[in-house]
Amino acid sequence: MSNTTTETEQPPAPDDTAAERLSTAPVESDGPTGIGVLGWARWMWRQLTSMRVALVLLFLLSLAAIPGSLIPQYQNGQGQLKVEAWKAQHGTVAPVYEKLQLFDVYSSVWFSAIYILLFLSLAGCIVPRTWQFVGVLRAQPPAAPRNLTRMPVHAAWRTAADPDAVNAAAHRLLRKRGFRANLSGGAVAAEKGYLREVGNLLFHLSLFALLGGFAWASLASGTGGKLMVEGEAYSNTITQLDDFNGTRFYGNQDLDPFYLKLDTFTAKFQSSGSQIGAARQFTANVEYAAGSDTSKLKKSTIEVNHPLEIGGSKVYLIGHGFAPVVTVRNAKGDVVYSGATPFLPQDGNQTSTGVVKVSDYGQKDGQRTQLGFSGFFLPTAPVSFEGTGPVSLFPDDAAPELVLNAYAGDLGTDSGLPQNIYQLNLRKMTQLTQDGQPAKVRLKPGQAWELPDGYGSVTFEGYKRWASFDVSHRPGNVIALTGGVLAILGLIGSLFIQRRRIWVRAVALPGGGTQVELAGLGRSESAKIAEELAELAVDLQDDAPASEEEDAPGSAEDDVPSAEEDTPAAAAEDTAAPDDSEAEASAPAVPADQNSKE
Amino acid sequence: MQLASAVDPQLADLSNKLIYSAMVVYTLAMFAHMIEWTFGSKGAVAVRSKEQSGSLGEAVAAAGKKAAKKVTVTVAAAGGGTTTLTRTAVAGEGATVVTSGRGAEEEDGPGAAGTSEKADLAGRIAVSLTVLALMLHGGGIITRGLSVSRWPWGNMYEFSCAFAFAMAAAYLVLLAARKKVRWLGLPVVLAVLLTLGIATTVLYTDSDQLVPALHSPWLAIHVSTAIFCGGAFYAAFIATLLYLGKDSFEKRAAAGLATGSLGTPASVWQRLPAASTFDKLSYRINALVFPLWTFTIIAGAIWAEAAWGKYWEWDPKETWSFITWVAYACYLHARATAGWRGRKAAYLALAAFACWLFNYYGVNIFVTGKHSYAGI
Ligand code: HEM
Repeated sequence: MSNTTTETEQPPAPDDTAAERLSTAPVESDGPTGIGVLGWARWMWRQLTSMRVALVLLFLLSLAAIPGSLIPQYQNGQGQLKVEAWKAQHGTVAPVYEKLQLFDVYSSVWFSAIYILLFLSLAGCIVPRTWQFVGVLRAQPPAAPRNLTRMPVHAAWRTAADPDAVNAAAHRLLRKRGFRANLSGGAVAAEKGYLREVGNLLFHLSLFALLGGFAWASLASGTGGKLMVEGEAYSNTITQLDDFNGTRFYGNQDLDPFYLKLDTFTAKFQSSGSQIGAARQFTANVEYAAGSDTSKLKKSTIEVNHPLEIGGSKVYLIGHGFAPVVTVRNAKGDVVYSGATPFLPQDGNQTSTGVVKVSDYGQKDGQRTQLGFSGFFLPTAPVSFEGTGPVSLFPDDAAPELVLNAYAGDLGTDSGLPQNIYQLNLRKMTQLTQDGQPAKVRLKPGQAWELPDGYGSVTFEGYKRWASFDVSHRPGNVIALTGGVLAILGLIGSLFIQRRRIWVRAVALPGGGTQVELAGLGRSESAKIAEELAELAVDLQDDAPASEEEDAPGSAEDDVPSAEEDTPAAAAEDTAAPDDSEAEASAPAVPADQNSKE
Repeated sequence: MQLASAVDPQLADLSNKLIYSAMVVYTLAMFAHMIEWTFGSKGAVAVRSKEQSGSLGEAVAAAGKKAAKKVTVTVAAAGGGTTTLTRTAVAGEGATVVTSGRGAEEEDGPGAAGTSEKADLAGRIAVSLTVLALMLHGGGIITRGLSVSRWPWGNMYEFSCAFAFAMAAAYLVLLAARKKVRWLGLPVVLAVLLTLGIATTVLYTDSDQLVPALHSPWLAIHVSTAIFCGGAFYAAFIATLLYLGKDSFEKRAAAGLATGSLGTPASVWQRLPAASTFDKLSYRINALVFPLWTFTIIAGAIWAEAAWGKYWEWDPKETWSFITWVAYACYLHARATAGWRGRKAAYLALAAFACWLFNYYGVNIFVTGKHSYAGI
């Protein structure tokens, strides 16, 4: 667009190009222009940055996103588990899907290829356009086409006023209307709505910011998990976290140092109605300190929608459950185990399972022995397990009970291998029996169970709640958010601002008097260009009143004012006008709007 | 054991009754619109344009001939002819009267009622009934919210009610703004009834408190904009369908055929606005909504960041919102730059709306993700 100033009086091209130019679309090319490798490379680049290919890529992007919404993905919450379950169900196709990266769509080669190409295309489209636009801003609005009455929206009349005065008045009025106007060569050229292009460029550029934010987040973020029972605390280091997923720029050493303690956890549930048992509120009351100095603790709460920000990390509440407090005594009555053990909820009513491992039991019958218990914690236990097994009826602690089975033997904890703390390794354990049946008990808080075979006793002291947290460090959010906000602003500019041009030319007629011609060109769909031109024409009447012999007012049927018939060229060309490329570019858009106001 | 704040069963019950009453009244409005369409006839053009030139003439005459400044702007029409736009300024008063020589009246048809006064009356009754139904409908939504003291869009049933409300309200606002959209009445009322019908049968959930994940001011922001976008996309969809129908009718008429495609009667199409009007309307609505839809997605991402720790996780709902967004971007691109106007662009708009529909119903019903709300 930078060469717009050069086209002054080159009929008839200006009409066509002026119309074409107002469309901000890049010019499409049809075939390779050069020869050899360079020519082809250029051709390919031009294809890639063409609108047609951009459209195809956009379309492909939306198609490619679909499978990931229907097939479980590794990267979703609990994705790993769901993917494994899905694979187990669909044995034959699973390997094929794996090969096609269908469990990892959004980081797959093919998905990445599409969006990388799209962004390349975008860069190739947006950068030149930005320079072109700078050129447009530096130059004057394109000069008036020779024949204004051939433009899609035009008006014309005769006046007795002096042509120069009319042009000057038009120039003034257009400026007043916020147009950039230029008076030269006996005509006024004016343009308005540059912010549309600014908005459009801003929108597309901000997509890069969004992408950058995404990319930075995926390279420099990390998430750790930590489960704490009420009263417990931890320091945010790799050894004290339950698990940690780092990335290239955020590894084990980069963890934000802080200290966090779970004081209490409260939960509220729906207690009546059809949604009985549905969760209503969870609150973790915590104390924390950023850095390594734990002398000054601050109190705060963490709720589902309200993470706690400490240092560069955010701590999210993601789960909760119960941790029964159990004391185990050996045959002599010495306490060999005492503490709260988190049990994991299995259903919406907090039917929880877990194990208690007593590795320091000591000797029994002269042999080193360990005890293990597996069982259920039911916050609201039914009167009888008949038919249902041990299930909780309600997620809150209305009638808590602990159900235990007991095992003795070797827990395998000394092997040095990491162990799942929620499961017993039964390979070297034998279940205790009572009267020939597996030993089993239901305990209410405060109750104790005398173990068979003189192993001692287990006391169910009570229970605490636990909460699990995600500790998430994610930079790049601000970049992405800024990108998002700019994208919206840009879109608003791009979609709601109309870019349009108006030309006015007043020339002295050979027979005396002045011929005034106005033309408008708006490229976009909802240009109110006809309206605007009409308003301008009305305003211009003060300085260029239409001659008296003009047609009488009120005859709406009169399409063509008499003044127009006097214009050479106009009469003949008017109806036949849209036969060149100009019609392609502008005619379909403009007339649609002519009557949008009543 | 702690209890959450309770539900007011009387208000909840009242809410259901109001929604059902609204459905009854919408149904009556639908019948009234049907009567309007059935008894209306074509031929109002001449009458109206006479009226208009009359009023213009009066305005000008009142101001005195000398003082009136009249300007005619000629506009090339899509088909190759021209139309004109005439503005008359009345000096001294600063007011201008605008009239179109050949314009909206003729091109956009006389509307469902045509020249028939009876049909026009039926149409007016239909609009009044729609207003009444909307009030009942709004009452139903408000009482639902009051019954649990929260924003009334926590599950699919509530979204659907709010969404249908947005649609009907948007239509009435357009009418109140004196836009000539009464022909939209029947499709809008049908769409509202369909949405409410699905809501009250398939999606119904008792009034209740929300799961903690939905305790957030973003519920009000994200979900209400989503609902508004839905209503508007729906309206644009209707306009697109009508565009396709009218466009093929116009083509067939030009080819000398007497009916619309699929044998639809000409008298219906003749009373509807021009294809170009529908085309424009659907583009405008879609273009208007696109930035808002972008905002909805970003607001959702901010909320997700607060609730789940990641602003984007490719959860199915997120994914389909993204797909919908890209599909609409495709449509806008096609319209703006690639020269894919007309029917091709309309098909893209339909595809984009299909994505939206799947996002709304399909994802919630067939796909499990984090966006599984209370109830459905
Ligand atoms: C990353 C994905 C993209 C999205 C989401 C996107 C979206 C949009 C939207 C919503 C508009 C506004 C349409 C309007 O003004 O009516 C637009 C306009 C435009 N886009 Fe894109 N776009 C993308 C990529 C591209 C690419 C790759 C190119 C270039 C090859 C491109 C070139 C343009 C142009 C030239 C316009 C201006 C249309 C006009 O003249 O108004 N876009 N885009």
